[in-house]
Amino acid sequence: MEEAKRMIYLDNAATTRTAPEVVEAMLPYFTELYGNPSSVYRFSQKSKDAVVKGRESVAKALGADTSEIYFTAGGSEADNWALKATAEAYKTKGNHIITTKIEHHAILHAAEWLEKQGFEVTYLDVDENGTVKLEELKKAIRPTTILISVMFANNEIGTVQPIREIGQIAREHGILFHTDAVQAFGQIPIRVDDLNIDMLSASAHKLNGPKGIGCLYIRKGVKIRSFVHGGGQERKRRAGTENVPGIVGFGAAVERAMRTMEDRTAREKELRDYLIGRVLKEVPYTRLNGHYTNRLPNNANFSFQFVEGESLLIMLDMEGICGSSGSACTSGSLDPSHVLLAIGLPHEIAHGSLRLTLSEETTKEELDEVVEVIKRIVERLRNMSPLYEDFLRKQ
Amino acid sequence: MYSDKVMDHFQNPRNVGEIENASGVGTVGNAKCGDIMRIYLDVDDHQVIRDVKFKTFGCGAAVATSSMATELVKGKTIYEALQVTNKAVMDALDGLPPVKVHCSLLAEEAIHAALWDYAEKRGIQIEGLERPKSDIHEGEEEESEEY
Repeated sequence: MEEAKRMIYLDNAATTRTAPEVVEAMLPYFTELYGNPSSVYRFSQKSKDAVVKGRESVAKALGADTSEIYFTAGGSEADNWALKATAEAYKTKGNHIITTKIEHHAILHAAEWLEKQGFEVTYLDVDENGTVKLEELKKAIRPTTILISVMFANNEIGTVQPIREIGQIAREHGILFHTDAVQAFGQIPIRVDDLNIDMLSASAHKLNGPKGIGCLYIRKGVKIRSFVHGGGQERKRRAGTENVPGIVGFGAAVERAMRTMEDRTAREKELRDYLIGRVLKEVPYTRLNGHYTNRLPNNANFSFQFVEGESLLIMLDMEGICGSSGSACTSGSLDPSHVLLAIGLPHEIAHGSLRLTLSEETTKEELDEVVEVIKRIVERLRNMSPLYEDFLRKQ
Repeated sequence: MYSDKVMDHFQNPRNVGEIENASGVGTVGNAKCGDIMRIYLDVDDHQVIRDVKFKTFGCGAAVATSSMATELVKGKTIYEALQVTNKAVMDALDGLPPVKVHCSLLAEEAIHAALWDYAEKRGIQIEGLERPKSDIHEGEEEESEEY
């Protein structure tokens, strides 16, 4: 395959570039300060200090106490832990969990697993914009409900949920509230107390930090079982020698993200709306998926009628453009994205989706080029699509 | 993920288009699963496929298998075309990833559907040709593993 001349990276919801300053901060903890934080000698104290500092950065960003931050290997582990360990700890109180149809698979598959263990799970519908309906949430609550888990912002369509209201409802009913904030953290200000959040999952590599490190925030007083048994790390809740360079990188990335958030997201929103505006105007038979305004600052998700997502992605890749799709062919199953189906898209339209997620590095010139390429590719694919042929015949 | 041949046929598909007043047209697949193929045949009086065109809605492999299938039947008699199997299409493309094998089945089925339509229009029977299934995913179950 021919290597593209230059690359336009618009898949920042998948992962982001690790910021050079973050890598810089991490480096000493590989070759110089490699001590195990649990050891006694003074050499290890520096590693221990680094873990403490990383935890402080994350806690501060969430308005939490350092004792409420538990480092994990990433967002999926945090999601699994939140669901499974809460279910275990509160099973004498009840066996019912409420979540939504548009969660990340780390939540959905963990919930399905819990169902097999005898728990009952309600998967809430969302409206056509991908927003949870609060009335339905209230109706779903039972005396046996022990946990509500609703993602902060959706990874595919970018819709931001009414988290404070959901947290409020949970609190009024004495139910724990967990949110998967993997996409939102670093893009939207989050204060766990203001938003009534009891548990929150986050991941470093979505905010210019390293891969393989994340955390679960657990409010003080919440009973939660250990997820990994072993040593006494993470207040005996998650054993294993700390990923010191990862924690340092996570902390540095969070500090950086908090420092840049206001300007960065304002700029990204402007570019995002520019991209959305041009695509909807210049590519016929196209729709925007997700909420028009109440969405992540960097997320655009389109459906191009009569074309299939994987074909679109490969052709974009040939032009050096990285995006993603909710088509079946990219999910490895016959069904297109569960999120696009949940907002009511018919299968063939869900198959033709394209997600483009911007970063602070994205420029208007890049987006102009992307729009031109999309126009060309969509037209080309439509010209070979039997669905388009049938559509034109009916006109 | 794809072989060079698949990429070539995806990027430069052969025989894309329609044939007006085609001798036979076959459409298979469904939009639900994300792939639909339509094949047009122009068959002469000696039952030789003079021209063939396709249109496909689907992934890279769906486009490439359609393209290759049309290449393999072009200039052949309808009986020779009937012998073009999904395996032949796959081999000619230097293979497909396992999850994409169904695309080659769809391509074989699309050829059969077009031949069936031709036979019906001419009021003839093509020995060995069975009524094509419109949906190759029929009865297929998604791989489910305990985890």
